[in-house]
Amino acid sequence: MAVALTPASPPGPPGDDAPRTVVSRASASDQVFRGILRGAGITVLAITAMILVFLVLQSSTAFGAEGLRFFTTSTLSYGTDQFGVAALLPDTVLIAVIALAIAVPAGLATAIYISEYAPLGLRRPLIAVLDLLAAIPSIAFALWGFIYLMPRILGTDSWLARHLGFIPIFHFRLADTPSNFVGSTFVAGFVVSMMVIPIITSLSRQVFSQAPQGEREAAYALGSTRWGMVRTVVLPFGRAGVVGASMLGLGRALGETIAVSFILTPPTDTFNYHVLESGGNSITAEIANEYTSFSTKGISFLFAAALTLFVLTLIINTFASIVISRSRSGAATEAD
Amino acid sequence: MAVAPAPLGPEARVRISSITGDGAATAAGAAVGALGLTWVLYERVLPFSGVLGFWLSWYLMFMLLYAVMAALQWDRLEATNRVTAVAFGTGGVLALAIVVAIVAYTLLKGWSAVRHLSFLTTSMAKSGPLLPLTDGGVLHAMVGTLEQLGLATAFSVPLGVTAALFLAEVGGPLARPVRTIVEAMTALPDLIAGLFIYSLFILSLGFSKSGLMVSLALTVTMMPIITRAAEVVIRIVPGTLREASYALGGSQWRTVWNVILPTARSGLVTATVLAMARGIGETAPVLFTAGFTKVLNFNPLSGPQINLPLYIWNYVHIEGEVPADFARGFGAAFVLVVLVLILFTTARVLGGSAPGELTRRQRRRLSREVART
Repeated sequence: MAVALTPASPPGPPGDDAPRTVVSRASASDQVFRGILRGAGITVLAITAMILVFLVLQSSTAFGAEGLRFFTTSTLSYGTDQFGVAALLPDTVLIAVIALAIAVPAGLATAIYISEYAPLGLRRPLIAVLDLLAAIPSIAFALWGFIYLMPRILGTDSWLARHLGFIPIFHFRLADTPSNFVGSTFVAGFVVSMMVIPIITSLSRQVFSQAPQGEREAAYALGSTRWGMVRTVVLPFGRAGVVGASMLGLGRALGETIAVSFILTPPTDTFNYHVLESGGNSITAEIANEYTSFSTKGISFLFAAALTLFVLTLIINTFASIVISRSRSGAATEAD
Repeated sequence: MAVAPAPLGPEARVRISSITGDGAATAAGAAVGALGLTWVLYERVLPFSGVLGFWLSWYLMFMLLYAVMAALQWDRLEATNRVTAVAFGTGGVLALAIVVAIVAYTLLKGWSAVRHLSFLTTSMAKSGPLLPLTDGGVLHAMVGTLEQLGLATAFSVPLGVTAALFLAEVGGPLARPVRTIVEAMTALPDLIAGLFIYSLFILSLGFSKSGLMVSLALTVTMMPIITRAAEVVIRIVPGTLREASYALGGSQWRTVWNVILPTARSGLVTATVLAMARGIGETAPVLFTAGFTKVLNFNPLSGPQINLPLYIWNYVHIEGEVPADFARGFGAAFVLVVLVLILFTTARVLGGSAPGELTRRQRRRLSREVART
């Protein structure tokens, strides 16, 4: 940054030290350079705006035909104007909630272990393992969940149905045979939770590791055990970060496509909160399964469903990133 | 009041390790005891079934036994401390177990297809799903994946790094919304990226499905990842280097090009490679943009060009009738996971050093040059 200083003025009379103005003027080449950088920043905003615009454009036919009934209709027949997200949307949210119910405790425990308990030599490898977990393609999770996990989780499903059936969501109305547990919302949520764990863990770990060293030592000096220190210093410090990380995980879980569409069989068009019963659906699974049978009318309905999902996740993710950036003490940390 | 100095003996190091003999023995005892008890209850007494349920019960039993044993030995504070430590420790074990389970299972199941070398060297052009595994393969999908990933990287790296430079070096009132949107976009459903490219280029502008369309969709998902990681890397370039450059009269453009980018190089490469590892496995955006084909297509600009995720999707989810379909799908997953592992290891090796830290070769060259002058 070229900084042009005004020449030092002669020392005035004492008491008259008004701040002088420092004029910073970028050179022509720098102005062009900054323009290019700013252009890239604007491009990011433009892409997001264009995604919104095109989803709205494509779904206008559907909203034109259905209006607000789009949110109250649950049937999914494309030709006859009988399409709505009243079943898809709660199903999508239900899967995400199941995923979070598993991933938040597991991710938190992992994050606390890595940032507070793991021996120093183990810390970097564990972080690498988590990064690898985040990089494993979702289709590998889908294959694993569909072919390995599904047959093996049926026994647990059946046990849950028999012994925790008094809890409404675990209530099971079908015959207790393995085939009635296949492809349930619960299994889908379980597999999605594994994809959400690395997100929640890595973000919360970063926040936990920023807990001030002085306060940790103060807790120890007062005779605290390690758990006492974690409970009174690290967890309160990281609370906002954990909330943000969980919301980001929620956004990821809502948008997960491949594993969900592999596992949910058969796709249904009624919302069923009995999570152990076979069958289910989600916005993403519906789009992925039906994209081949796009007709001009049908595709508009799919875009309308996608728009609903996009707006939902964009709101959640934006909130999450605001919460996270607030929780970091100063997003603009200048390390030098 | 003078305190007599303590007798000078050999100073013994204080052990501050939290792993002690009795602690480890207690944990091991609880683990073994829980295993036996669970086996008796689960397999013999109560009508349970399922591998997953077994280990779940084992874990609960283990925590219970450990808590009881800890309460017998130590006071309440210490016992709580131990029990929570073990509970958090299982979190670490869990993450490791998931990775091992997924990677090992995919590699194991995929091996039956990949061990036929023809699987890697032929396409499905002259083969049908019902033919045995020795016939047909994933060559066309591998070519598609690599070309599409290459193009997507070529698009997303310049854009992503420039946006990161904007966030870190220019800032201003625009930076905050851009940063928020970038963070939100990293968790954008990948399906949406595919639908966006589909509606913009294929429905509105009349392009047909091709490798280029896939790479555009991948760009939308990869760019925010690169931007976010690159911004972090650029921020940790020491401010003193920046100031030194300005003090020598360098313009901002010169400073970025000659000081900041070279210093942050290893971190930027890591960010790029990690984004590639994410992009290579994206399936949802590919569904709408690639177009299924059985033949080898080297040209990403025209004609449908399949890639590995779509190959798996098609043979397992759409077809999925005969064992050979599943085996082919797992074979493709094998190749995909190996590619991800290669990319990931590359990122780790390159990213091991702090910004500005020289590699061993660079250090040697530097010392040679110093010796010469």
